[in-house]
Amino acid sequence: MNILQALPLAFLGGLLGLDVVSFPQAMVSRPIVASTLAGTFIGHSESGLLIGIVLELIALDTLPFGASRYPEWGSAGVVGGALFSAQAHGMPGALPASILAALLTASISGWSMVVLRRIIAGRLEKSRDRIEDGSRDALLSLHLSGLTLDLLRGALVTTIAMLIFSPLVGAIVAVWGSESDYSRAVVVVVAATVAGGALWKVFHSVRHVIWFFVGGLIVSAALLRVL
Amino acid sequence: MTAPGATQISLPARVKLAMFVRMLAVQGSWNYETLLGTGIGFAMEPALRSLPGGVDGPQYLSALARESRYFNAHPYLTGVAIGALTRAELEGVDPARIERFRSALAGPLGSVGDRLVWASWLPFCSVVALGVFGAGASALAVVGTFLLLYNAGHLLLRAWGLHIGLSRGLNVASALGNPVFRQGPQYIGSAAALVAGIALPVALQRVVGPGRVFAGEIVGAALLGILLLARLRERAEGWRIALGVLAVFVLYSVLT
Repeated sequence: MNILQALPLAFLGGLLGLDVVSFPQAMVSRPIVASTLAGTFIGHSESGLLIGIVLELIALDTLPFGASRYPEWGSAGVVGGALFSAQAHGMPGALPASILAALLTASISGWSMVVLRRIIAGRLEKSRDRIEDGSRDALLSLHLSGLTLDLLRGALVTTIAMLIFSPLVGAIVAVWGSESDYSRAVVVVVAATVAGGALWKVFHSVRHVIWFFVGGLIVSAALLRVL
Repeated sequence: MTAPGATQISLPARVKLAMFVRMLAVQGSWNYETLLGTGIGFAMEPALRSLPGGVDGPQYLSALARESRYFNAHPYLTGVAIGALTRAELEGVDPARIERFRSALAGPLGSVGDRLVWASWLPFCSVVALGVFGAGASALAVVGTFLLLYNAGHLLLRAWGLHIGLSRGLNVASALGNPVFRQGPQYIGSAAALVAGIALPVALQRVVGPGRVFAGEIVGAALLGILLLARLRERAEGWRIALGVLAVFVLYSVLT
Protein backbone atom coordinates (compact mmCIF):
# COMPACT_ATOMS: atom_id res chain seq x y z
CA MET A 1 0.00 0.00 0.00
CA ASN A 2 1.41 3.38 -0.98
CA ILE A 3 0.67 6.76 0.57
CA LEU A 4 -2.04 7.61 -2.01
CA GLN A 5 -3.93 4.41 -1.26
CA ALA A 6 -3.59 5.03 2.47
CA LEU A 7 -4.95 8.59 2.33
CA PRO A 8 -8.70 7.80 2.16
CA LEU A 9 -8.27 5.32 5.01
CA ALA A 10 -6.32 7.97 6.91
CA PHE A 11 -9.26 10.34 6.58
CA LEU A 12 -11.62 7.65 7.87
CA GLY A 13 -9.21 6.84 10.71
CA GLY A 14 -9.01 10.55 11.58
CA LEU A 15 -12.79 10.95 11.71
CA LEU A 16 -13.31 7.83 13.78
CA GLY A 17 -10.36 8.68 16.03
CA LEU A 18 -12.04 12.04 16.66
CA ASP A 19 -15.20 10.25 17.78
CA VAL A 20 -13.43 8.41 20.60
CA VAL A 21 -13.28 11.46 22.89
CA SER A 22 -13.59 14.78 21.07
CA PHE A 23 -16.62 14.74 18.78
CA PRO A 24 -19.37 13.43 18.90
CA GLN A 25 -18.73 10.24 20.94
CA ALA A 26 -21.50 8.48 19.03
CA MET A 27 -19.43 5.27 19.19
CA VAL A 28 -18.85 5.09 15.46
CA SER A 29 -15.30 4.54 16.75
CA ARG A 30 -16.18 1.16 18.26
CA PRO A 31 -14.42 -1.61 16.30
CA ILE A 32 -17.73 -3.21 15.30
CA VAL A 33 -18.45 -0.03 13.30
CA ALA A 34 -14.94 1.17 12.41
CA SER A 35 -13.70 -2.15 11.00
CA THR A 36 -16.91 -2.71 9.05
CA LEU A 37 -16.64 0.75 7.51
CA ALA A 38 -12.99 0.12 6.58
CA GLY A 39 -13.91 -3.27 5.10
CA THR A 40 -16.67 -1.62 3.08
CA PHE A 41 -14.10 0.93 1.92
CA ILE A 42 -11.88 -1.90 0.64
CA GLY A 43 -14.90 -3.63 -0.92
CA HIS A 44 -15.43 -6.45 1.61
CA SER A 45 -17.87 -5.31 4.27
CA GLU A 46 -18.41 -8.86 5.60
CA SER A 47 -14.67 -9.30 6.23
CA GLY A 48 -14.63 -5.93 7.99
CA LEU A 49 -17.57 -7.02 10.11
CA LEU A 50 -15.91 -10.32 11.05
CA ILE A 51 -12.74 -8.71 12.40
CA GLY A 52 -14.86 -5.92 13.89
CA ILE A 53 -16.77 -8.49 15.95
CA VAL A 54 -13.56 -10.06 17.27
CA LEU A 55 -12.07 -6.65 18.11
CA GLU A 56 -15.35 -5.56 19.74
CA LEU A 57 -15.19 -8.59 22.03
CA ILE A 58 -11.67 -7.57 23.06
CA ALA A 59 -12.66 -3.88 23.33
CA LEU A 60 -15.29 -4.76 25.94
CA ASP A 61 -12.33 -4.90 28.33
CA THR A 62 -11.43 -1.23 27.82
CA LEU A 63 -14.28 1.14 28.58
CA PRO A 64 -13.37 4.84 28.39
CA PHE A 65 -13.65 5.80 32.07
CA GLY A 66 -12.73 9.43 32.80
CA ALA A 67 -9.08 10.33 32.62
CA SER A 68 -7.87 6.72 32.54
CA ARG A 69 -5.52 5.66 29.76
CA TYR A 70 -7.10 3.25 27.31
CA PRO A 71 -6.51 1.95 23.77
CA GLU A 72 -7.95 4.05 20.95
CA TRP A 73 -10.22 1.79 18.90
CA GLY A 74 -11.37 4.22 16.16
CA SER A 75 -8.15 4.33 14.15
CA ALA A 76 -7.24 0.79 15.21
CA GLY A 77 -10.59 -0.54 13.99
CA VAL A 78 -9.99 1.07 10.60
CA VAL A 79 -6.48 -0.42 10.38
CA GLY A 80 -7.66 -3.92 11.38
CA GLY A 81 -10.68 -3.83 9.06
CA ALA A 82 -8.65 -2.60 6.08
CA LEU A 83 -5.79 -5.08 6.62
CA PHE A 84 -8.03 -8.13 6.97
CA SER A 85 -10.33 -7.14 4.09
CA ALA A 86 -7.33 -6.66 1.79
CA GLN A 87 -6.14 -10.28 2.25
CA ALA A 88 -7.24 -13.04 -0.09
CA HIS A 89 -10.28 -14.93 1.25
CA GLY A 90 -9.52 -18.04 3.31
CA MET A 91 -5.89 -17.27 4.19
CA PRO A 92 -5.40 -18.81 7.67
CA GLY A 93 -3.00 -16.18 9.02
CA ALA A 94 -5.01 -13.15 7.88
CA LEU A 95 -7.27 -12.85 10.93
CA PRO A 96 -4.69 -13.36 13.73
CA ALA A 97 -2.11 -11.13 12.03
CA SER A 98 -4.65 -8.34 11.33
CA ILE A 99 -5.96 -8.47 14.90
CA LEU A 100 -2.42 -8.26 16.26
CA ALA A 101 -1.77 -5.22 14.04
CA ALA A 102 -5.02 -3.61 15.21
CA LEU A 103 -4.19 -4.20 18.88
CA LEU A 104 -0.73 -2.69 18.46
CA THR A 105 -2.28 0.30 16.67
CA ALA A 106 -4.86 0.71 19.46
CA SER A 107 -2.09 0.74 22.05
CA ILE A 108 0.07 3.27 20.21
CA SER A 109 -2.95 5.41 19.36
CA GLY A 110 -3.97 5.43 23.03
CA TRP A 111 -0.53 6.77 23.86
CA SER A 112 -0.91 9.44 21.14
CA MET A 113 -4.07 10.66 22.92
CA VAL A 114 -2.04 11.20 26.09
CA VAL A 115 0.51 13.21 24.09
CA LEU A 116 -2.30 15.28 22.54
CA ARG A 117 -3.77 16.06 25.97
CA ARG A 118 -0.35 17.31 27.10
CA ILE A 119 -0.04 19.45 23.97
CA ILE A 120 -3.48 20.98 24.63
CA ALA A 121 -2.45 21.66 28.25
CA GLY A 122 0.65 23.43 26.90
CA ARG A 123 -1.45 25.56 24.58
CA LEU A 124 -3.81 26.32 27.47
CA GLU A 125 -0.86 27.52 29.55
CA LYS A 126 0.11 29.96 26.79
CA SER A 127 -3.40 31.41 26.50
CA ARG A 128 -4.35 31.12 30.17
CA ASP A 129 -4.25 34.87 30.88
CA ARG A 130 -6.52 35.66 27.92
CA ILE A 131 -8.97 32.90 28.86
CA GLU A 132 -8.97 34.16 32.47
CA ASP A 133 -9.89 37.58 31.07
CA GLY A 134 -12.88 36.01 29.29
CA SER A 135 -11.45 36.13 25.76
CA ARG A 136 -13.87 34.40 23.41
CA ASP A 137 -11.24 34.21 20.66
CA ALA A 138 -8.71 32.51 22.93
CA LEU A 139 -11.25 29.95 24.12
CA LEU A 140 -12.53 29.16 20.61
CA SER A 141 -8.98 28.94 19.28
CA LEU A 142 -7.96 26.48 22.02
CA HIS A 143 -11.03 24.34 21.57
CA LEU A 144 -11.06 24.24 17.77
CA SER A 145 -7.31 23.58 17.60
CA GLY A 146 -7.83 20.69 20.04
CA LEU A 147 -10.47 19.19 17.75
CA THR A 148 -8.29 19.71 14.65
CA LEU A 149 -5.22 18.19 16.29
CA ASP A 150 -7.23 15.15 17.36
CA LEU A 151 -8.46 14.67 13.79
CA LEU A 152 -4.89 14.91 12.50
CA ARG A 153 -3.68 12.57 15.26
CA GLY A 154 -6.08 9.83 14.19
CA ALA A 155 -5.24 10.31 10.51
CA LEU A 156 -1.50 10.21 11.19
CA VAL A 157 -1.73 7.08 13.34
CA THR A 158 -3.83 5.35 10.67
CA THR A 159 -1.44 6.33 7.86
CA ILE A 160 1.68 5.20 9.69
CA ALA A 161 0.03 1.98 10.86
CA MET A 162 -1.18 1.14 7.35
CA LEU A 163 2.25 1.85 5.82
CA ILE A 164 3.97 -0.40 8.38
CA PHE A 165 1.43 -3.19 8.84
CA SER A 166 0.16 -3.58 5.27
CA PRO A 167 3.38 -5.18 3.93
CA LEU A 168 4.09 -6.87 7.28
CA VAL A 169 0.70 -8.61 7.49
CA GLY A 170 1.04 -9.62 3.82
CA ALA A 171 4.42 -11.18 4.56
CA ILE A 172 3.15 -12.98 7.67
CA VAL A 173 0.15 -14.39 5.79
CA ALA A 174 2.44 -15.64 3.00
CA VAL A 175 4.61 -17.75 5.34
CA TRP A 176 1.88 -18.74 7.85
CA GLY A 177 2.44 -22.28 9.12
CA SER A 178 -0.57 -23.07 11.32
CA GLU A 179 -3.73 -24.83 10.14
CA SER A 180 -6.74 -22.68 9.25
CA ASP A 181 -9.14 -24.23 11.80
CA TYR A 182 -6.51 -24.08 14.53
CA SER A 183 -5.72 -20.42 13.76
CA ARG A 184 -9.39 -19.45 13.89
CA ALA A 185 -9.88 -21.41 17.14
CA VAL A 186 -7.03 -19.54 18.87
CA VAL A 187 -8.56 -16.18 17.87
CA VAL A 188 -12.00 -17.21 19.12
CA VAL A 189 -10.67 -18.49 22.46
CA VAL A 190 -8.71 -15.27 23.03
CA ALA A 191 -11.70 -13.06 22.13
CA ALA A 192 -14.18 -15.11 24.17
CA THR A 193 -11.88 -15.13 27.20
CA VAL A 194 -11.32 -11.37 27.14
CA ALA A 195 -15.03 -10.63 26.55
CA GLY A 196 -16.18 -13.01 29.29
CA GLY A 197 -13.65 -11.63 31.76
CA ALA A 198 -14.58 -8.05 30.84
CA LEU A 199 -18.32 -8.62 31.26
CA TRP A 200 -17.73 -10.26 34.64
CA LYS A 201 -15.54 -7.31 35.70
CA VAL A 202 -18.30 -4.84 34.74
CA PHE A 203 -21.40 -6.71 35.88
CA HIS A 204 -20.26 -8.92 38.80
CA SER A 205 -21.96 -6.62 41.33
CA VAL A 206 -25.37 -6.90 39.61
CA ARG A 207 -27.76 -9.05 41.68
CA HIS A 208 -28.25 -12.62 40.38
CA VAL A 209 -26.11 -11.78 37.35
CA ILE A 210 -24.78 -15.31 37.00
CA TRP A 211 -28.33 -16.68 36.73
CA PHE A 212 -29.24 -14.21 34.01
CA PHE A 213 -26.11 -15.27 32.12
CA VAL A 214 -26.84 -18.99 32.58
CA GLY A 215 -30.43 -18.39 31.43
CA GLY A 216 -29.04 -16.76 28.30
CA LEU A 217 -26.68 -19.69 27.73
CA ILE A 218 -29.62 -22.12 27.89
CA VAL A 219 -31.52 -20.08 25.29
CA SER A 220 -28.35 -19.94 23.19
CA ALA A 221 -27.85 -23.73 23.37
CA ALA A 222 -31.41 -24.20 22.12
CA LEU A 223 -30.81 -21.70 19.32
CA LEU A 224 -27.57 -23.40 18.25
CA ARG A 225 -29.42 -26.71 17.91
CA VAL A 226 -31.89 -25.02 15.57
CA LEU A 227 -29.35 -22.98 13.56
CA MET B 1 -38.70 13.75 34.12
CA THR B 2 -39.21 17.51 34.65
CA ALA B 3 -40.00 18.67 38.19
CA PRO B 4 -43.37 20.29 38.82
CA GLY B 5 -43.08 24.04 38.77
CA ALA B 6 -39.78 24.05 36.91
CA THR B 7 -39.56 26.81 34.34
CA GLN B 8 -37.41 27.20 31.25
CA ILE B 9 -35.46 30.42 30.81
CA SER B 10 -36.29 32.09 27.52
CA LEU B 11 -33.46 31.21 25.16
CA PRO B 12 -34.11 31.20 21.41
CA ALA B 13 -34.31 27.70 19.88
CA ARG B 14 -31.25 28.39 17.70
CA VAL B 15 -29.18 29.17 20.82
CA LYS B 16 -30.28 25.93 22.51
CA LEU B 17 -29.45 24.06 19.28
CA ALA B 18 -26.01 25.70 19.16
CA MET B 19 -25.41 24.72 22.79
CA PHE B 20 -26.48 21.13 22.06
CA VAL B 21 -24.19 20.81 19.03
CA ARG B 22 -21.27 22.32 20.97
CA MET B 23 -22.02 19.92 23.81
CA LEU B 24 -21.22 17.04 21.44
CA ALA B 25 -17.70 18.51 21.26
CA VAL B 26 -17.44 19.30 24.97
CA GLN B 27 -14.22 17.25 25.26
CA GLY B 28 -12.57 18.87 22.22
CA SER B 29 -9.91 20.57 24.36
CA TRP B 30 -9.76 17.92 27.14
CA ASN B 31 -6.45 18.24 28.96
CA TYR B 32 -4.82 17.27 32.27
CA GLU B 33 -5.07 20.84 33.65
CA THR B 34 -8.74 21.80 33.36
CA LEU B 35 -10.12 18.43 32.17
CA LEU B 36 -13.29 19.41 30.25
CA GLY B 37 -13.63 22.87 31.85
CA THR B 38 -12.82 24.77 28.67
CA GLY B 39 -15.44 22.63 26.90
CA ILE B 40 -18.08 23.82 29.37
CA GLY B 41 -17.25 27.43 28.54
CA PHE B 42 -17.28 26.59 24.83
CA ALA B 43 -20.75 25.01 25.05
CA MET B 44 -22.24 27.81 27.20
CA GLU B 45 -20.82 30.64 25.10
CA PRO B 46 -23.79 31.08 22.68
CA ALA B 47 -26.15 31.62 25.64
CA LEU B 48 -23.80 33.96 27.49
CA ARG B 49 -23.91 36.39 24.56
CA SER B 50 -27.36 37.47 25.76
CA LEU B 51 -25.92 38.85 29.02
CA PRO B 52 -26.16 42.66 29.33
CA GLY B 53 -23.47 44.36 27.20
CA GLY B 54 -23.07 41.40 24.82
CA VAL B 55 -19.70 39.80 24.07
CA ASP B 56 -17.78 42.91 25.14
CA GLY B 57 -19.68 43.41 28.39
CA PRO B 58 -18.02 42.73 31.76
CA GLN B 59 -20.69 40.17 32.72
CA TYR B 60 -20.01 38.11 29.58
CA LEU B 61 -16.25 38.24 30.09
CA SER B 62 -16.34 37.24 33.75
CA ALA B 63 -18.93 34.50 33.14
CA LEU B 64 -16.95 32.98 30.25
CA ALA B 65 -13.74 33.04 32.29
CA ARG B 66 -15.46 31.47 35.30
CA GLU B 67 -17.13 28.71 33.29
CA SER B 68 -13.92 27.76 31.44
CA ARG B 69 -12.09 26.74 34.60
CA TYR B 70 -11.51 23.18 35.83
CA PHE B 71 -14.52 20.91 35.60
CA ASN B 72 -15.06 17.19 35.36
CA ALA B 73 -18.14 15.12 34.57
CA HIS B 74 -19.30 12.32 32.35
CA PRO B 75 -19.48 13.95 28.88
CA TYR B 76 -23.08 12.86 28.27
CA LEU B 77 -24.22 14.46 31.54
CA THR B 78 -22.41 17.76 31.05
CA GLY B 79 -25.72 19.09 29.72
CA VAL B 80 -27.02 19.12 33.30
CA ALA B 81 -24.13 21.38 34.35
CA ILE B 82 -24.19 23.48 31.17
CA GLY B 83 -27.93 24.12 31.47
CA ALA B 84 -27.84 24.83 35.21
CA LEU B 85 -24.81 27.11 35.01
CA THR B 86 -26.25 28.96 32.00
CA ARG B 87 -29.41 29.67 33.93
CA ALA B 88 -27.46 30.77 36.98
CA GLU B 89 -25.29 33.14 34.93
CA LEU B 90 -28.27 34.62 33.07
CA GLU B 91 -30.15 35.12 36.33
CA GLY B 92 -27.14 36.90 37.86
CA VAL B 93 -26.54 34.43 40.71
CA ASP B 94 -23.66 35.33 43.02
CA PRO B 95 -20.36 34.09 41.44
CA ALA B 96 -19.21 32.54 44.72
CA ARG B 97 -22.36 30.41 44.80
CA ILE B 98 -21.80 29.38 41.18
CA GLU B 99 -18.23 28.31 42.03
CA ARG B 100 -19.48 26.20 44.96
CA PHE B 101 -22.14 24.64 42.75
CA ARG B 102 -19.57 23.74 40.06
CA SER B 103 -17.36 22.03 42.65
CA ALA B 104 -20.25 20.11 44.18
CA LEU B 105 -21.75 18.93 40.89
CA ALA B 106 -18.62 17.59 39.19
CA GLY B 107 -18.21 14.37 41.21
CA PRO B 108 -21.79 13.06 40.99
CA LEU B 109 -22.06 13.82 37.26
CA GLY B 110 -18.93 11.75 36.69
CA SER B 111 -19.77 8.70 38.78
CA VAL B 112 -23.46 8.52 37.79
CA GLY B 113 -22.59 8.79 34.09
CA ASP B 114 -19.78 6.26 34.27
CA ARG B 115 -22.04 3.68 35.91
CA LEU B 116 -24.98 4.27 33.59
CA VAL B 117 -23.21 4.73 30.26
CA TRP B 118 -19.73 3.20 30.20
CA ALA B 119 -20.41 0.34 32.60
CA SER B 120 -23.98 -0.45 31.50
CA TRP B 121 -25.40 1.02 28.32
CA LEU B 122 -22.33 0.64 26.09
CA PRO B 123 -21.60 -3.04 26.93
CA PHE B 124 -25.33 -3.80 26.68
CA CYS B 125 -25.52 -2.32 23.15
CA SER B 126 -22.33 -4.20 22.18
CA VAL B 127 -23.71 -7.58 23.24
CA VAL B 128 -27.03 -6.86 21.48
CA ALA B 129 -25.08 -6.16 18.26
CA LEU B 130 -23.06 -9.35 18.79
CA GLY B 131 -26.34 -11.24 19.07
CA VAL B 132 -27.63 -9.70 15.84
CA PHE B 133 -24.37 -10.80 14.18
CA GLY B 134 -24.75 -14.30 15.60
CA ALA B 135 -28.26 -14.50 14.18
CA GLY B 136 -26.72 -14.18 10.72
CA ALA B 137 -27.58 -10.55 9.99
CA SER B 138 -25.78 -8.47 7.36
CA ALA B 139 -23.07 -5.92 8.13
CA LEU B 140 -25.55 -3.07 7.69
CA ALA B 141 -28.05 -4.64 10.11
CA VAL B 142 -25.40 -5.28 12.79
CA VAL B 143 -23.85 -1.82 12.59
CA GLY B 144 -27.26 -0.14 12.21
CA THR B 145 -28.66 -1.91 15.26
CA PHE B 146 -25.67 -0.92 17.39
CA LEU B 147 -25.60 2.73 16.32
CA LEU B 148 -29.37 3.30 16.50
CA LEU B 149 -29.77 1.61 19.87
CA TYR B 150 -26.72 3.21 21.45
CA ASN B 151 -27.37 6.71 20.16
CA ALA B 152 -31.06 6.64 21.10
CA GLY B 153 -29.87 6.48 24.72
CA HIS B 154 -26.87 8.76 24.16
CA LEU B 155 -28.71 11.66 22.51
CA LEU B 156 -31.73 11.35 24.80
CA LEU B 157 -29.47 11.62 27.84
CA ARG B 158 -27.66 14.67 26.49
CA ALA B 159 -30.94 16.41 25.54
CA TRP B 160 -32.54 15.56 28.90
CA GLY B 161 -29.50 16.92 30.73
CA LEU B 162 -29.60 20.27 28.97
CA HIS B 163 -33.37 20.54 29.41
CA ILE B 164 -33.32 19.69 33.12
CA GLY B 165 -30.39 22.02 33.72
CA LEU B 166 -32.07 24.97 32.03
CA SER B 167 -35.35 24.17 33.84
CA ARG B 168 -34.05 23.80 37.39
CA GLY B 169 -30.91 25.89 37.47
CA LEU B 170 -28.93 25.37 40.67
CA ASN B 171 -31.70 23.12 42.06
CA VAL B 172 -30.72 20.38 39.66
CA ALA B 173 -29.16 18.00 42.20
CA SER B 174 -32.44 16.18 42.90
CA ALA B 175 -32.65 15.21 39.20
CA LEU B 176 -29.65 12.94 39.74
CA GLY B 177 -31.77 10.92 42.16
CA ASN B 178 -33.94 9.92 39.20
CA PRO B 179 -34.75 6.16 39.20
CA VAL B 180 -33.02 5.84 35.83
CA PHE B 181 -29.71 6.70 37.47
CA ARG B 182 -30.31 4.75 40.69
CA GLN B 183 -31.85 1.56 39.27
CA GLY B 184 -30.82 1.80 35.60
CA PRO B 185 -27.38 0.18 35.89
CA GLN B 186 -28.91 -2.73 37.83
CA TYR B 187 -31.63 -3.41 35.24
CA ILE B 188 -29.36 -2.83 32.24
CA GLY B 189 -26.73 -5.08 33.84
CA SER B 190 -29.26 -7.90 34.29
CA ALA B 191 -30.44 -7.50 30.69
CA ALA B 192 -26.84 -7.38 29.42
CA ALA B 193 -25.97 -10.61 31.27
CA LEU B 194 -29.00 -12.37 29.75
CA VAL B 195 -28.25 -11.07 26.25
CA ALA B 196 -24.54 -11.90 26.64
CA GLY B 197 -25.45 -15.49 27.53
CA ILE B 198 -27.42 -15.72 24.30
CA ALA B 199 -25.19 -13.61 22.07
CA LEU B 200 -21.63 -14.73 22.86
CA PRO B 201 -22.01 -18.41 21.83
CA VAL B 202 -23.96 -17.67 18.63
CA ALA B 203 -21.58 -14.85 17.63
CA LEU B 204 -18.51 -16.98 18.29
CA GLN B 205 -20.09 -19.87 16.39
CA ARG B 206 -20.41 -17.61 13.34
CA VAL B 207 -16.78 -16.46 13.71
CA VAL B 208 -15.59 -20.08 13.92
CA GLY B 209 -17.48 -20.79 10.71
CA PRO B 210 -19.07 -23.88 9.25
CA GLY B 211 -18.10 -27.28 10.67
CA ARG B 212 -17.64 -26.00 14.26
CA VAL B 213 -14.15 -27.51 14.37
CA PHE B 214 -12.60 -27.69 17.87
CA ALA B 215 -15.98 -26.61 19.38
CA GLY B 216 -15.42 -28.56 22.62
CA GLU B 217 -11.83 -27.39 22.99
CA ILE B 218 -12.82 -23.76 22.32
CA VAL B 219 -15.58 -23.80 24.96
CA GLY B 220 -13.30 -25.49 27.51
CA ALA B 221 -10.34 -23.17 26.93
CA ALA B 222 -12.53 -20.06 26.93
CA LEU B 223 -14.26 -21.04 30.18
CA LEU B 224 -10.89 -21.65 31.81
CA GLY B 225 -9.61 -18.28 30.60
CA ILE B 226 -12.74 -16.46 31.78
CA LEU B 227 -12.47 -18.03 35.24
CA LEU B 228 -8.83 -16.96 35.45
CA LEU B 229 -9.60 -13.37 34.33
CA ALA B 230 -12.60 -13.19 36.68
CA ARG B 231 -10.36 -14.15 39.60
CA LEU B 232 -7.73 -11.59 38.63
CA ARG B 233 -10.39 -8.89 37.96
CA GLU B 234 -8.74 -5.43 38.20
CA ARG B 235 -5.22 -6.87 38.36
CA ALA B 236 -5.24 -8.05 34.74
CA GLU B 237 -6.02 -6.20 31.54
CA GLY B 238 -7.59 -8.70 29.18
CA TRP B 239 -6.73 -6.79 26.01
CA ARG B 240 -3.02 -6.78 26.93
CA ILE B 241 -3.17 -10.53 27.55
CA ALA B 242 -4.83 -10.91 24.12
CA LEU B 243 -2.04 -8.85 22.57
CA GLY B 244 0.61 -11.03 24.19
CA VAL B 245 -1.01 -14.36 23.33
CA LEU B 246 -1.60 -13.35 19.70
CA ALA B 247 1.96 -12.04 19.35
CA VAL B 248 3.34 -15.39 20.55
CA PHE B 249 0.93 -17.32 18.30
CA VAL B 250 1.81 -15.24 15.22
CA LEU B 251 5.51 -15.72 15.92
CA TYR B 252 5.01 -19.47 16.35
CA SER B 253 2.99 -19.71 13.13
CA VAL B 254 5.59 -17.78 11.15
CA LEU B 255 8.52 -19.82 12.45
CA THR B 256 6.95 -23.25 11.95
